[in-house]
Amino acid sequence: MPDTFDEMWGTSDELRDPYRQFHDWFTQEDSKRLKSKQRDAEDLFRLSGITFNVYGKAEAEERLIPFDIIPRIISGSEWFKLSRGIEQRVRAINAFLYDIYHSREIVKAGRVPEAMIRDNEAFLPQMIGVNPPGGVYTHIVGIDLVRTGPGEFFVLEDNARTPSGVSYMLENRETMLQMFPELFSQNRVQPVQNYPADLVRSLAASAPDMGARDPVVAVLTPGIYNSAYFEHAFLADQMGVQLVEGHDLRVVGGRVAMRTTQGYTPIDVLYRRVDDEFIDPLNFNPESALGVPGIMDVYRAGRITIANAPGTGIADDKAIYSYMPEIVEFYTGERPLLKNVETWRCSEPSSLSYVLDNLSELVVKEVHGSGGYGMLIGPTSSKKELSEFRKKLEAKPENYIAQPTLSLSTVPIFSRSGLAPRHVDLRPFVLCSPGNIRVTPGGLTRVALKKGSLVVNSSQGGGTKDTWVLED
Amino acid sequence: MLGKTANGLFWMSRYLERAENTARLIETGQRIALTRLGATDDEWTSILQSASAQGSFEAAGLEVTRDNAVNWLLRDPANPSSILSTIDTARQNARLVRTAITGEIWEAINSSYMQIREMLARKVPERDLPGVLRRIRQNAALVRGMVHGTMMRNDNYDFLRIGTFLERADNTARILDVKYYVLLPSVSAVGSSIDNVQWESILRSVSARGGFRMEYGIQGGPREIAHFLILDKRMPRSLAFCVGKLDNNLRYLTSAMPKACETQRKVTQLQQAYLSHDVDAIFDYGLHQYIQSVLGRLSDIARQIEIDFRFYE
Repeated sequence: MPDTFDEMWGTSDELRDPYRQFHDWFTQEDSKRLKSKQRDAEDLFRLSGITFNVYGKAEAEERLIPFDIIPRIISGSEWFKLSRGIEQRVRAINAFLYDIYHSREIVKAGRVPEAMIRDNEAFLPQMIGVNPPGGVYTHIVGIDLVRTGPGEFFVLEDNARTPSGVSYMLENRETMLQMFPELFSQNRVQPVQNYPADLVRSLAASAPDMGARDPVVAVLTPGIYNSAYFEHAFLADQMGVQLVEGHDLRVVGGRVAMRTTQGYTPIDVLYRRVDDEFIDPLNFNPESALGVPGIMDVYRAGRITIANAPGTGIADDKAIYSYMPEIVEFYTGERPLLKNVETWRCSEPSSLSYVLDNLSELVVKEVHGSGGYGMLIGPTSSKKELSEFRKKLEAKPENYIAQPTLSLSTVPIFSRSGLAPRHVDLRPFVLCSPGNIRVTPGGLTRVALKKGSLVVNSSQGGGTKDTWVLED
Repeated sequence: MLGKTANGLFWMSRYLERAENTARLIETGQRIALTRLGATDDEWTSILQSASAQGSFEAAGLEVTRDNAVNWLLRDPANPSSILSTIDTARQNARLVRTAITGEIWEAINSSYMQIREMLARKVPERDLPGVLRRIRQNAALVRGMVHGTMMRNDNYDFLRIGTFLERADNTARILDVKYYVLLPSVSAVGSSIDNVQWESILRSVSARGGFRMEYGIQGGPREIAHFLILDKRMPRSLAFCVGKLDNNLRYLTSAMPKACETQRKVTQLQQAYLSHDVDAIFDYGLHQYIQSVLGRLSDIARQIEIDFRFYE
């Protein structure tokens, strides 16, 4: 493997520009004070209740995601390039979604095989021919990026269903402002705090056209036992809109309405944090108690905006991912600004045999998996794990894709022995409304706190950091 | 506002009020046990009754002792009215209505929850009990102060207040229900020390000792205590005060509504039929029967609130 790129020290122990001010500050800090600040930060998180629920662990129902006080710093020019690439990709994703639910030009042009769409679990036949209000499919996107060198960013995953984590981006910044106000006087950090206001404006702008009045926006949550409930409540609170559950809603007079103390009030835009299959028991999973019976009929009649639109999951499917370079080029007519990680689709016999031959070098993921579950990291797996995974792969090859193990960049964390490098990824958050795409500067940096680990998922020992984009 | 949110606010404030009242009842029981003037085990039985915890206590097969009663009321998870259970339920409701309360209120509730859970993680030794109970009451005061100082005076606030005063009226009525007999004229052998302890215990359990002394000096007897706790509109835990507040907050809530609501009618009726006479009329009617009727009406009002404001459907 090539040398790991460290975002503070590069590959040759030479302090990189974005970290200059920070480094001056850090070298003058007393490590005892920093240790007590690290504890204070944890207390603040506990107090604000920013917790997540771990499924299948009844005894510790609410947990804190570990927070590391060392910021990850990105220069303005690096960010400018990155954000243009993100915009391009999100434009392409929306065009792709419109196309596959309408005339499927990309299939006709032979760029994506029809079976890839038709047989995809995330493809929603109920969305064929439906026009989402304002033409927007993905109102909120989180693009997972990893870095391998100074200008080398790769997209790991496009989260086009219901990306989570934005509350951590906001609370991490809030905590840093309280812990280290002096750092923000010394560094010109681009703000992230407008995100909730941008989100509610963006959602309102995507409302079905119903005259001049202010559209009613609401957040739909599966409820307080959902792992991301804190975030749902946090966003509704910050936006000043109602937080509703399925049983608060029903279809009244052809509109989706919420039960208030004085009767039913119609909703224009529903920012749902409930998966497609649970959103409407009449149209999808009849067992679902989380959704609203008949909401899809209201949606098809153009009388409510659902954000993100049902059926967007096909765009972040790991098999479709491998076609993203073609998709970007097909719809934008431009070369993709962001790189894809080389991907072998195990459904193809030649790829499968390559993957089986090189299993110990590769990362193998389930096509529909998330959260870092059910994946194999070849280089760090035991012989036994490899041979067990080989069997799964041979039994259901179409269920898997494989990628090379990238040399992910590191960023320092504050450890007992001072600064120590750890691998990170980055999830910037993107808002789309008709004719407008906005990328919040920074995003959520997840960090693998275990030395050498590449798994950054919070459910598996990952932590988070504040992410700074500097004004150049 | 959502019916579900109204429901959550209502119960959040009821449970917070309940936790505080239970802390006060334990303090009263402990104080009487220490002064050794009353028959102490009987005292714990009536404390358990006042806290609506006697049935579950007996069902758990526990013997009435100081330690068992205190532990049951403070921290037993099998007791849904223990302070630990009620604070936990209050916080769950606060999470549910996180968007309808301010960040300061949420943080006050959450930090109270964390502190109380820590304090009650193990059995509380007798020497630590006063400090623990004081901290619980201080935490309740902190939350109340945050509500007072940071909430908009809107529907959300009204539901919080309605929950608080309904719970408080219910609590005062239950204390009177358990101890009514010591206030009956026939039993009050004037000046006997037992009765003084019993009277004092009633006043202490609603934080009314200071107010009562201010009002009556050392002269007051059972008739005055009954008047003070039932009819005195300046005493913040009296039935008349709590029902008056309930009435006011309901009026704010329904002033913009097109038609009068059933809850309001029932509250007005409670005031007219039960809270507008003098205390002699109550004794003539029968104190016990009177309190039973008031308790029945309070729980009927709580049911009506659920219906009128669409808590569930």
